[in-house]
Amino acid sequence: MSTQQHPAVPALKEWPLWEVFVRSKQGLEHKHCGSLHASDAQHALQMARDVYTRRQEGVSIWVVPSAAIAASDPGDKAEFFDPSADKIYRHPTFYQIPDEVGHM
Amino acid sequence: MNTTEAQRSSVQAPADYLLHLADNALILGQRNAEWCGHGPIIEEDLSMANNALDLIGQARLLYQYAAQIVGGGATEDSLAYFRDVPDFRNYTLLELPHSPPLAATARGDRDYATTIVRNFLYSALMVLLWERLTASADRQLAAIAARSLKESHYHLRHSRDWLVRFGDGTDESHDRAQAALDHLLPYTDEFWADSAAEQAALTQGVGVSVAALRTDWNALVDDALKEATLNRPVAARGYITQGKQGVHSEHLGFVLSEMQSLARAHPGASW
Repeated sequence: MSTQQHPAVPALKEWPLWEVFVRSKQGLEHKHCGSLHASDAQHALQMARDVYTRRQEGVSIWVVPSAAIAASDPGDKAEFFDPSADKIYRHPTFYQIPDEVGHM
Repeated sequence: MNTTEAQRSSVQAPADYLLHLADNALILGQRNAEWCGHGPIIEEDLSMANNALDLIGQARLLYQYAAQIVGGGATEDSLAYFRDVPDFRNYTLLELPHSPPLAATARGDRDYATTIVRNFLYSALMVLLWERLTASADRQLAAIAARSLKESHYHLRHSRDWLVRFGDGTDESHDRAQAALDHLLPYTDEFWADSAAEQAALTQGVGVSVAALRTDWNALVDDALKEATLNRPVAARGYITQGKQGVHSEHLGFVLSEMQSLARAHPGASW
């Protein structure tokens, strides 16, 4: 075969992006751990298995098309998030936790 | 009965039989590791490295066990790194380069379809073989088989998935997969003729008659080829390779010289 450039790049352009969520053990929630390009959901799951669980990181994987995620606009940061900065009364730090409750 | 007692009281597989299984895993693992850093996409690069490490892990367990039986100071390293071409008992299929037919000194670009087709043909056999070996009278071999079976199931899933994607993909991916299949399938004829080591293992109740797996293997292969829209080449009546008897292609020497060079240059070196 020649040394010509194989059209490997289109794969990255044509394969949609998937977000990968891994549950590290039973009872815990799935956590976002990265993203990858894959041609379909099964392909994405298989690649996620090879990329994100090779060091025993997980017992379950979810993949979600990145396009299906609606994200907040970074431009909205000020109105979305700044107002909560000075509302300390929203943190439940003014309660005495009874000893019987233990760690909370 | 604890594990050690169970192992001691059970039958031991012939060393040649263990070496056949170990050499298969090591040589294919070494070949697949050639993709490390050169995979078509990063996920596949990792996937093939995982596959290679699984196989080398299987080889290590088998070599460690074989070394106990061989005795005389043999170790997993001496078996892997200080035996030469005629001592190796792997299928010829597994030592071929990742490229269409080539003379040994020629360099060709690695072809991922060749890699995938070979991994598919081999792992379709190994899921059947390991499964039977979990019932081996040699309890240690049965334990190695149980562990390897899970890995081989994944290797089969991975390679079958890509085989179907290539076959049922673009014109180019279809043609490459078909060419790889035409090239590699004749090498699988070697699977079905029992070697002396396989016969000895079978007689002792520790091995498996590979010939008896042929129908199941054909079903796995034909089912995948149909889904992949690939044609099974008509069986040619030609030379049947004998890698598992120690008669190898010209390619194995190149594999060994690269794989063994470090251990031979620095015998006994450790990290």
